Amino acid sequence: MDQKLSLTINGTTIEASPGQTILEVARENDIHIPTLCYYKGTTNVGACRVCVVEVENARSLVASCCMPVSQGMVVMTDTERVLTARKLVVELLWSSGDHNCLQCEKNGNCELQDLVYELGIEKPSFEIAPPSYAVEDTNSMIQRDLNKCILCGRCVRVCNEIQVHEVLDFSMRGSHAKVGPAFDEDYIESTCVFCGSCVDACPVGALTFKQARFKGRPWEIEKVRTTCPYCGVGCQMDLNISDGKVIKVTTNRDYGTPNQGMLCSKGRFGMNFIDSPDRLKTPLIRKNGELKEASWEEAYDYIAKKLTAIKKKSGGDSIAGLSSARCTNEENYLFQKFMRAVIGTNNVDHCARL
Amino acid sequence: MTNSIEEIEFTDAILAIGTNTTENHPVIGSCVKRAIRQRGAKLIVIDPRKIGLVDYADIWLRPTPGTNVAVLNGLINVIIDEGLYAKEYVAERTEGFEAMKKAVAKYTPGHVEKITGIPADNLRTAARIYAEAKSASILYAMGITQHSHGTDNVKSCANLAMLCGNVGIEGGGVNPLRGQNNVQGACDMGALPNVFPAYQQVANDDARARFEKAWDVSLPAKPGLTIMEIMDAAHKGDIKGLYIMGENPMISDPDLTHVEASLKNLEILVVQDIFLNETGQLADVVLPSACFAEKDGTFSNTERRVQRIRKAVEAPGEAKADWQIISELATKMGYAMQYASAEEVMNEINTVAPSYAGITYGRIEEGGLQWPCPNVEHPGTKYLHRDKFSRGLGLFTAIEYRPSEEVPDKEYPFFLTTGRVLYHFHTATMTRRSEGLVERCPESLAEINPKDAEKLKIKNGDFVTVTSRRGSLKVKASVVETPPEGTIFMNFHFSEAAVNLLTNPALDPVGKIPEYKVCAVKVEAA
Ligand code: SF4
Ligand code: SF4
Ligand code: SF4
Ligand code: FES
Repeated sequence: MDQKLSLTINGTTIEASPGQTILEVARENDIHIPTLCYYKGTTNVGACRVCVVEVENARSLVASCCMPVSQGMVVMTDTERVLTARKLVVELLWSSGDHNCLQCEKNGNCELQDLVYELGIEKPSFEIAPPSYAVEDTNSMIQRDLNKCILCGRCVRVCNEIQVHEVLDFSMRGSHAKVGPAFDEDYIESTCVFCGSCVDACPVGALTFKQARFKGRPWEIEKVRTTCPYCGVGCQMDLNISDGKVIKVTTNRDYGTPNQGMLCSKGRFGMNFIDSPDRLKTPLIRKNGELKEASWEEAYDYIAKKLTAIKKKSGGDSIAGLSSARCTNEENYLFQKFMRAVIGTNNVDHCARL
Repeated sequence: MTNSIEEIEFTDAILAIGTNTTENHPVIGSCVKRAIRQRGAKLIVIDPRKIGLVDYADIWLRPTPGTNVAVLNGLINVIIDEGLYAKEYVAERTEGFEAMKKAVAKYTPGHVEKITGIPADNLRTAARIYAEAKSASILYAMGITQHSHGTDNVKSCANLAMLCGNVGIEGGGVNPLRGQNNVQGACDMGALPNVFPAYQQVANDDARARFEKAWDVSLPAKPGLTIMEIMDAAHKGDIKGLYIMGENPMISDPDLTHVEASLKNLEILVVQDIFLNETGQLADVVLPSACFAEKDGTFSNTERRVQRIRKAVEAPGEAKADWQIISELATKMGYAMQYASAEEVMNEINTVAPSYAGITYGRIEEGGLQWPCPNVEHPGTKYLHRDKFSRGLGLFTAIEYRPSEEVPDKEYPFFLTTGRVLYHFHTATMTRRSEGLVERCPESLAEINPKDAEKLKIKNGDFVTVTSRRGSLKVKASVVETPPEGTIFMNFHFSEAAVNLLTNPALDPVGKIPEYKVCAVKVEAA
């Protein structure tokens, strides 16, 4: 075991392990320090300075997300000096973007909005001067409005360090700084694979799921945890439900393994089939060569009669069943039980081989 | 998988063979890339195509399609020859080493180069990387199994892993990546002709007696037919009734012409699905199913982790969950199946499938459990064969390379190999109804090497006719460096260019898996 060390945060003595940052120790102990650019599992860049705290004997305020703890350290997270610095940061971010919450998808779930409220900022002391980027509208999956971007770099880090798709980066410096794919391409022209992780990571309304636009506000959405129906990784995901429909898919990194909050384009954007108009809605029975709508009773009767007759005449082994690698364990269990116990044959297989 | 997905991130070397991971299991692809970029793990890629992972590989071996056994035997040959194998592990935990050693003796790097086209030095380098890593993980997928010698491929992977002591350790293993969400679970649950749930043999009298008691019925002892055998039997008229739940063999099976004739020959075809797919169109009765978002249940992922799905929205119209439909039909036919919920079905599974005995809904509410999980106190099993193999000693198998059933000749000079693309899934009934995915990948493309394109005088985007001994189709060509010269690649997602009109139904004698990865075709400008 590593040796523990102790420090005080806001007057309370706390145990910590060497190498932990002030922020990590504070979070472990339920002490609130706001952050913006910090994103768990990626490089700590210390870019936004919202997480600053006062450390005794340090000349200036320190970014708690980057500063490792040390023995005997004395940390204050909410002094006047800290709050003034945080306000300044937030006012600058507010004034340098188009933060009109009226029609923003992030309204109610925006980390910048939360900070403005937490710090009680009536209005920024700087003139509001947003850039005038065109809202990117060239694909149906991810909407990009860089006028709301606070340049925290979380999208860049999740794309490079977590999903390792290596699409996003910063371009230019200073007041022209911008995030996006190389050569200033739109997402759809770039090597982006539409995993959507950058949208999950974005703290503000700069990156949003376009298909969910105007389909439900954060407090109207119910999230249902489930498992992706596509490949064998079995990613854990939240279906976001509003008005009885799946409007988007998000992740929760706290669900941990197997996907640690990652998804691919199929799990993220492959859900439109659920409420496709082509879904089968009633049983169908072929009559005079054509499939016609029928009731469940008619369908069950038809199948039961026919299968029973074949079984009687030619034996259970003249009937076979194909179960499915797409259905649940419970359904596969019942299907093979049906074939073996009811039909009386072991002629049951599925497309595992294909 | 013998091991877990999270272990990939902590292994020292990864050997990816016959798996286009970044497209088919993208999140595992990301784990692999993170292991490389962030921890400097080594990566060996073995694939005829220049797949996405090649850009991250320390070494890429590019074999002629269908020659994996020769490559693997070659790697083993080098490792034994240079004394790099785990001698203690081989002595203590395995058997059959001498016979295997004898079999690989002739697969010297020079000989392997002749069969596979892989330069001898590259083979040696790859062998050293794999053997010298403290822990190394083999990842494979359909590029290993979909061959007439698929079982040999799998056994060769196992030989290599055992040789270096990589089975039964954290970060090691032989790890098949399952293509579909619940292939693992469908097998575990006994949706196979020879086994009951948890791989208990139907031919075994004790196993059968247990299920006869649990289900209160007498059960047949004779193993049933596999999917390909079922199609043949239907063709001959021996199978008269077929009940298909959630599958679309009219696109996914090899030799579609034969499948169609077989299905049309049935007295009754019942298809239960969420859409009226190509197979449903031939059915006598179609039953509408609820999809994964409309029902409760569990899927078992590729690392044997049993995870929940939950009802989030209502099913359309009168559609019902598959478990409900089967229960009602069984009851109608005089065998009562009464379950109030999917959870009640799982409760029954707990009592008949020992490896699932401890996996209850209560325990997996917050996160899945990996089987074997024999009781409700058991934490689940992260990796298999920890202290000993299931059979006791790990068994090496002596394996000879056999060419694929159909290789290019004068008339059909190209290899055709098939697979998936990132944005679609299987027969694409679901993905093609998703706007964004279609936007990214709207149509089927046949990948062809620029040198071949030049010879055939075709440009990117031109249509070509691809013909095999079984059929012919027209498809748009994508001229890219991904396939090697002499090989074209097609996906099987699009019914308009149903590649299984062309593929060879030659089966692996044991796994009964068709040879989707290799057949011979000719390609002409259309
Ligand atoms: S969607 Fe994924 S690949 Fe595309 S830019 Fe965002 S994180 Fe990167
Ligand atoms: S797009 Fe979002 S995540 Fe990316 S830098 Fe801007 S605000 Fe941060
Ligand atoms: S999100 Fe992608 S990687 Fe994850 S299970 Fe679904 S298909 Fe597989
Ligand atoms: S969160 Fe620490 S500097 Fe941004």
